[in-house]
Amino acid sequence: MGLFIAQLLTGLANAGALFMVASGLSLIFGVTRIVNFAHGSFYMLGAYVGYTLMQVLPGAFGFWGAILLTGIIVGLVGVIVEIVVLRPVYRAPELFQLVATFGVILVIQDLALMIWGPQDLLGPRAPGLKGVVRILGEPVPKYDLALIGITPFVALALWWLIARTRVGILVRAATQDREMVGALGVNQSWLFTGVFFLGCALAGLGGAVQLPKGGADLLMDFNILASIFVVVVIGGMGSLPGAYLAAVLVSVLNVFGVTYLPQSTLVLMFVVMALVLMIRPYGLLGREEVAGDPGQSGEPERPIKPAGARVRLIVAAGIALLALVPLIAPPFATVLVTDILIFCLFAASLHFLLGLGGLVSFGHAAFFGGGAYTAALLVAHADSPMELALLLAPLGAGLLALIIGWICLRLTGVYFAMLTLAFAQLLWSLVYQWGDVTGGDDGLVDIWPPDWASSSTVFFYLALVLCVGGILALRHAAHAPFGYALRAARDSKRQAEATGIDTRAVQWGAFALAGAMAGLAGGLFVFAKGSVFPNELEITRSFDALIVVFLGGVKTLSGGVVGGAVFESVKDVLTRFEYWRLALGLTIIAVVILAPEGIVGSLRRLGERLGLLRAPEDGS
Amino acid sequence: MRRKTFLGAAIAVALTLTGLQASAQEPIKIGEINHFKRMAAFAEPYRMGIELAVDQINEQGGVLGRPLEFIYRDDQGEPGEAVKIAEELMTREGTVMLTGAILSNIGLALSSLAAEKHYVYLASEPLADALVWDKGNDWTFRLRTSTYMQAAMLAEEAAKTDAIRYATIAPNYAYGKDAVAAFKENLLALKPEVEFVAEQWPPLFKIDAGAEVQALERAKPDAIFNVTFAGDLAKFMREGTMRGLFDGRKVFGLLSGEPEYLDPIGEETSEGWIVTGFPWYDFDEGAKKDFVDAYQARWNDYPRNGSIVGYNTALSVAAAIEKAGSTEAEAIRDAFVGLELDTPVGPITYREIDHQSTMGAFVGTTAVRDGKGVMVDWEYRDGADYLPPDDVVRELRPAN
Repeated sequence: MGLFIAQLLTGLANAGALFMVASGLSLIFGVTRIVNFAHGSFYMLGAYVGYTLMQVLPGAFGFWGAILLTGIIVGLVGVIVEIVVLRPVYRAPELFQLVATFGVILVIQDLALMIWGPQDLLGPRAPGLKGVVRILGEPVPKYDLALIGITPFVALALWWLIARTRVGILVRAATQDREMVGALGVNQSWLFTGVFFLGCALAGLGGAVQLPKGGADLLMDFNILASIFVVVVIGGMGSLPGAYLAAVLVSVLNVFGVTYLPQSTLVLMFVVMALVLMIRPYGLLGREEVAGDPGQSGEPERPIKPAGARVRLIVAAGIALLALVPLIAPPFATVLVTDILIFCLFAASLHFLLGLGGLVSFGHAAFFGGGAYTAALLVAHADSPMELALLLAPLGAGLLALIIGWICLRLTGVYFAMLTLAFAQLLWSLVYQWGDVTGGDDGLVDIWPPDWASSSTVFFYLALVLCVGGILALRHAAHAPFGYALRAARDSKRQAEATGIDTRAVQWGAFALAGAMAGLAGGLFVFAKGSVFPNELEITRSFDALIVVFLGGVKTLSGGVVGGAVFESVKDVLTRFEYWRLALGLTIIAVVILAPEGIVGSLRRLGERLGLLRAPEDGS
Repeated sequence: MRRKTFLGAAIAVALTLTGLQASAQEPIKIGEINHFKRMAAFAEPYRMGIELAVDQINEQGGVLGRPLEFIYRDDQGEPGEAVKIAEELMTREGTVMLTGAILSNIGLALSSLAAEKHYVYLASEPLADALVWDKGNDWTFRLRTSTYMQAAMLAEEAAKTDAIRYATIAPNYAYGKDAVAAFKENLLALKPEVEFVAEQWPPLFKIDAGAEVQALERAKPDAIFNVTFAGDLAKFMREGTMRGLFDGRKVFGLLSGEPEYLDPIGEETSEGWIVTGFPWYDFDEGAKKDFVDAYQARWNDYPRNGSIVGYNTALSVAAAIEKAGSTEAEAIRDAFVGLELDTPVGPITYREIDHQSTMGAFVGTTAVRDGKGVMVDWEYRDGADYLPPDDVVRELRPAN
């Protein structure tokens, strides 16, 4: 009994920091609709700033003062980020801002490294709260008890702010209907900035408050990201009591998981999230999303049409030029372009889902990695030849997409995105944990092409044919009746259904097709690299694809491919510099601000302005 | 006309001479791939160790009369990226062999590439046993004292105590699992009556230390084998000490004594753990001291474990190329097999049977001195004594 109580208390204490960070994310999302990927970075910043302040300020007063001050400082950093980076892009397609926040992650990572150095910092202990208290004979750290006491206080203060003040009323109103709040004369931009301040301050508080239980290190930002997304989704996006409930649920379950199923901790919270979403699609206390149209705010997309003769000619010339690469360029260029081609196919497959289907997946790596592992497992366990493995990779990934799609498509918008993320994580932990079959994190190695394709040149041509073929197939699907039905389902589900389109089936098909194409890219990737590791299923891989699709331009047909090619090339150049993350982050932010319609979209607009391209007749 | 020809000839001769001179001066390049950003705390001291050795080698005339040069590239911690960079280094930068990686998965990816493309790869830091055994190949060599060897050293110490009931805590990934398996295997061989009563597997760098400590306490072990490291170790030590987990228990910590991990913990270091590590602060004589002095003079910083690994990496590369007498991949590979050289910690050999070097590790007890975590009563253990018998190794390494 004593142990049970002690475990419960550990869980409750852990929930403290998690709740603060997650509630910040939830607030920001609720009001601004921005999925703030950089929220983990503000948490990390909180830990570092708090650490520094605690070194300077003495005593108990200094300790608690440092925590409060940290909240304010990190909140102010958030304000700067909001004003400089996000304000210029509020008009861009919804979720476009998440690309900007990704740039912020990279910048903060390198800045933190520059300022605080590479070594982990162990957090200072709280003055006066260093020891333990015995509860029913079990030791419970005093600081844990303090955290358990403080968290509900923070939650109450937040609740009071939201429920009882004018600011709170505005925040709630904006969560419900942003445009209406604007129409009523409320200065939206300051409301957004204010919420960003509050959200980031909470993240900073969370980072500072966990110091006595941990410390500050450079991997904290990504390490907490998945957990806070899970908490926010389980609780219901935008719901503060939900976030508290979910933080407690996740933390307490985790403590018991550690004791009774020690290996389960990798996956436990994602299982909980998937279960909750299947039973309550909008989280425990969330409300159904107000029918926006994800991916489609801002200027409506222009109708797409098959490329004209001139464009076809240019593309054909481009492909011919690519085919010449092994003949005219140095040997390494062949390897590099092979990588880029594979990545372009991966990006194009996500673009198909996102741009044409309006289905924002945060877990597309599941299919890239799924295809890669299908091929690798076939070779490793069945000695199957490369030809067969490459054929079955898209089929395996497609099958996976059929299963995951069937479950996820019950949800829409951000909840759909989060459920895809959860399934990608489940798959990742399955591969990671099931060492006997998948090799765990030691992966599967020595998977090389057969002799005829082993030279980089031959493999390049193989990749060229398959990737260009895949991309053209996706393009063709976009122009086929299937593509029209898919866009109809995206733009107006009701009208589409009224005309007899089974929108669910169409979206399901699109999900499977996109999954299969990502799988083909994954299969090629395995043979290009000779090995595969769970990295290919990680969240970062999904983010990579997401970013290039947005950077390339969601509302253009070629956005995925162009974004992929540009991004991979830029990355290849930038990673040679010491502070490449800073450079890459700033580049991403610059592109986001300068080209809010993505590279292709902005180039097109520029072309129209210069009179090189014809503007659409209706002027939209 | 004649004058012109003469001039032309003179210029041609001059050009040829400068050309020859240039080729004599042209450095031998080594491609070093690492996670300089993702694991900066470990990769930086390692790079500094390499640089120190390179400076010293070049002061003494370089290798084969040519200066040695390492080209450093960041792989972002991604195996796919590392493979791409390796290709670039070997085909565009003109490097003669590859070194590097800390993360085992990247080491394995590079090792597989090395075998496919016939590049020599010296896996300097990755610890996975698979690199030399299960997935070992002709083109890969490994410098650092492996998981198995370090676990065997601690198992030997554990067998000397009277503890019977053991609990283990290790990060939930290949390194953690390998370490626990090797510790169990060696300890049970030495002391069959030992029981393992609990196994905890916190996710890497996401430990819930409070919960782990409660779970370990619940099993009431006599001794604990710890494999957690870095931030996880700091949290585990703090929660464990606070909740009294380590009172009256023997604790064995793999790598826990390395300055990389002890320094951030400082005065909160749990005392009395038996650990492997790198006690540079107590090196007061011989080559070890020379190394520490030279390092501090060069960098105005003290060496970490990564520093000595980096230093020995460069020494090994230089010795192999010198022995090979050429920079041809095949010659370097053949030179590595059975290569013997002296390092600051002692002589090492790259074993013929599995390409593992016999570099050892320091085993000692943790203590707090002047507010810092240190190892005391330490002793250097030669790695050669902690590897399985040859027939077992042959079975473990299908490549042979």
